[in-house]
Amino acid sequence: MSKEDNRRMLLEKALKEYDFQASALLEILHKAQSIYGYLSKDLLMDIAQSLHLPPSTVFGVATFYSFFNLTKPGEHIVTGCLGTACYVKGSEQIMQAIEREFNVKRGGTTADGKLSLFVTRCIGACALSPAIIVDDEVIGKATKEVVIERIKQLLGGSNQ
Amino acid sequence: MSALTVKLKIDNIEVEVPEGTTILKAARDNGIEIPTLCSLEGLTNYGGCRLCLVEVKGAPKLFPACTTPVSAGMEVITNSEQLREYRKMTIQLLLSERTHVCSVCVANDHCELQSLANKLGVDHSIFERNWTRKEIDSSHDFLVIDRNRCILCTRCIRVCDEIEGVHTLDLKQRGRKAEVIMDLDEDWVNSCSCTSCRKCAKVCPVGAIYIEGEPITRTKNKDVAEFILTRRQRK
Amino acid sequence: MKLADLQKIAEQEVDFQRAYKYRINVCCSSGCMPLGALKVLEAFEKAVKEFGVEKECKVARTGCPGTCSVGPVVVVEPGDYLYQNVTPEKAREIVRDHIVLGLPAKDLLYSNEQFFKKQKRLVLRNAGKIDPYRIQDYIAMGGYSALVKCLATMTPQGVIYEVMTSGLRGRGGAGFPTGQKWSLVARAHGSPKYIVANLDEGDPGVFANRTLAEADPHAILEGMAIAAFAVGAEKGYIYIRAEYPLAIQTLQRAITQARSMSLLGNNILETSFKFDVELRLGAGAFVAGEETAILASVEGRRAMPRPRPPYPANSGLWGKPTLIQNVETLANIPLIIMNGGLWFSKIGTPKCTGTKCFSLTGKVNTPGLIEVPMGITLREVIFDIGGGVQKDRKFKAVLVGGPSGGCIPETHIDQPIDYESLKNLGAIMGSGGIVVLDDQSCMVDTAKFFTEFCVDESCGKCTPCRVGLTKIKGIYDAITQGNGRMEDITVLEKTSVYIRDASLCGLGQTAPNPVLTTLRYFKDEYIQHIKDKKCPAGRCFKTKEGEQ
Repeated sequence: MSKEDNRRMLLEKALKEYDFQASALLEILHKAQSIYGYLSKDLLMDIAQSLHLPPSTVFGVATFYSFFNLTKPGEHIVTGCLGTACYVKGSEQIMQAIEREFNVKRGGTTADGKLSLFVTRCIGACALSPAIIVDDEVIGKATKEVVIERIKQLLGGSNQ
Repeated sequence: MSALTVKLKIDNIEVEVPEGTTILKAARDNGIEIPTLCSLEGLTNYGGCRLCLVEVKGAPKLFPACTTPVSAGMEVITNSEQLREYRKMTIQLLLSERTHVCSVCVANDHCELQSLANKLGVDHSIFERNWTRKEIDSSHDFLVIDRNRCILCTRCIRVCDEIEGVHTLDLKQRGRKAEVIMDLDEDWVNSCSCTSCRKCAKVCPVGAIYIEGEPITRTKNKDVAEFILTRRQRK
Repeated sequence: MKLADLQKIAEQEVDFQRAYKYRINVCCSSGCMPLGALKVLEAFEKAVKEFGVEKECKVARTGCPGTCSVGPVVVVEPGDYLYQNVTPEKAREIVRDHIVLGLPAKDLLYSNEQFFKKQKRLVLRNAGKIDPYRIQDYIAMGGYSALVKCLATMTPQGVIYEVMTSGLRGRGGAGFPTGQKWSLVARAHGSPKYIVANLDEGDPGVFANRTLAEADPHAILEGMAIAAFAVGAEKGYIYIRAEYPLAIQTLQRAITQARSMSLLGNNILETSFKFDVELRLGAGAFVAGEETAILASVEGRRAMPRPRPPYPANSGLWGKPTLIQNVETLANIPLIIMNGGLWFSKIGTPKCTGTKCFSLTGKVNTPGLIEVPMGITLREVIFDIGGGVQKDRKFKAVLVGGPSGGCIPETHIDQPIDYESLKNLGAIMGSGGIVVLDDQSCMVDTAKFFTEFCVDESCGKCTPCRVGLTKIKGIYDAITQGNGRMEDITVLEKTSVYIRDASLCGLGQTAPNPVLTTLRYFKDEYIQHIKDKKCPAGRCFKTKEGEQ
């Protein structure tokens, strides 16, 4: 079975688990994003049809919440926390350093599609502030040097 | 309709209205005018524009007249110094949010925002204006949407959903980035659900949705929602 | 399962735990995990075997004791010895010294004794003490006995009476009396009735609810079940941020365990009472924490608030009577039922009973999660529990209540903490964020930061919040780039008051708080920025590199 079929099956399973209820739209979008990595228009149309919802409603919900990605993210994802505690401890400066070093803007992806940079408002790791998340790893009490080094390692690794 | 009635005072005038009536309707039925923008008879109330805020004696907060039901013994003030000031602020903010230039607008002289500004005495703005340059979507045969003039009142969205019943329109994003969209944010011509019924253009209070080549006086029809709804209910 | 079975489990578990002379609690919550808590846990398990003390020393995976800044942390019982910055190597050392030789490894112990002295841990009673993955641990601490007491000996009215007597008020921010809310929902017509537990901790700088869910998930479930019994609800939702994967996983496990022991589901404890709980994930929208917005979100819609009335107590989820309660409020309930409302009403202050969890962050020496009795002063929190300002810098202000809280200067930090006095100072309790600022922080920049946050998080429904806040942000941009005018101060003030009064929901109504409080207490800094184009803290007037 192809990868595409498999993913659609997983989505179908989630839809059935929630009994195709319109109220499960957020749960389904979460599931779809974890299966496909992001929410393409085709995918949103598919969900709208499955839940019998107007396409504009699905698009409205998917864009209201900042957790959902409508564009394909890069291979590696760096998310900087700009919550209060992290901001006070200088996460903004770290973000600027990353932007300069890798030539990427927050919310965007590098030209080679290797690295996406996102911003989050508090991941609740405030006592470890400033916190930067590199892929799934939370770097607490982060400094420019440590974070950039870690990203370089990752990018270097994916080139091999 | 419930036979029970409620007595209350609006601007010191004693009125009696059926239970469950909103403050707005109670006032209008008794000849007291409260300015509104997002509210439209025949559509569900939204409570977004905040023009119809009123004071209720004894309550620390202001209430939107369009969504707040009356209660017995309530004393409502619809026109205090503070309320007039706040209404002016609301209009000023709406005028400075996007590109509102009356002289080059299709709705000039037939615009609810413009006429409210005149009526409420808004003669200047304390806010820096924000000149947006969003692309105008004129892809449809005759319907045009200019989001630079949109005030996000959502009348079009509600009429599309509640009266026409297709829900082509909705909002995307949130906050200042919010926009009215068709289906999955398509150009209007590519919308798979739009029936080209024109109701969105009829209820738009400003010049954001209009019909190309048609005089605005012929397009605008504030009563369309209520007209259809009452006849639908009588069937 | 019946009442007697529950007691049996508790006794068995207590006996089982007593067989051990020592217990090592390794914090494995979101604070310590990124610092290598799992490796430390492994190291302890290995060391205990290596020294052959596995029969007398139990190694447990627990939630957070609160000292998140010095993680990974480990607590050795008896005696509550708290070890900080534990590494796998140190783990071995601790087992050797403390367990085998019986001598606590002094140089590895946590140093700020004050951190715990002034705290009173009710909501966090089990945090860091029990294994959140084992329902038996919770039962051994007396868990679910309050639910048993309700079902076996109390009426719903009786439960509501106890909660009313306790004086407990909603911990989500606004401080509405909990008992009164329950009574409204209980009397409301319509069925089914719903409960929504709010765990959408969107305030940046706050992590109290997450810690609670990760450390003691069953306390939330038990509180919900008791509330359901009192108001007559059959279905509950926990609305939790998707940004909290560990809390989600912990709660999901807890729900499954509770169901399997018939503490949730149909015929709970062999009575006719039925109640079940489902998780709903948020998706990154601060406004979703607002009462009516959370309802829209649980229903799968855009989290846009709607005007009240109708209140959710009468018309909430799908138009049915709904009780919306913060999880911290709910975690208090089992204690109130077990010890009585009168007991609870004597903690804190007469008008503001009980305790409050605060996330203490910013420039303090010992940040972390704390729980203090209401009425404690901000000074005690910052200088005793928090150990004062980092690097001995000068204290400048404390921000209480998250992005829509207020900046309070030193002259006012001797006020007792309660809903009313914070409000008088221009701040709010919010969900309990305390961020300490030192003299390197610029108050204009701080207010700008929070305004930006609220601009990004505004849902866009009402004009004052959507447009008004954007205009305020524009003024801040001008002031901090050297283009400010003195009239701007008046416009800021006027617009803020308007936004506070005219906005639809709590987000808009409180969003101007940082603006208004900084204008109230630090106006001279605004004037310096505008007239002298100077930023005393040296934060503004820089052309930010890398920004558009």
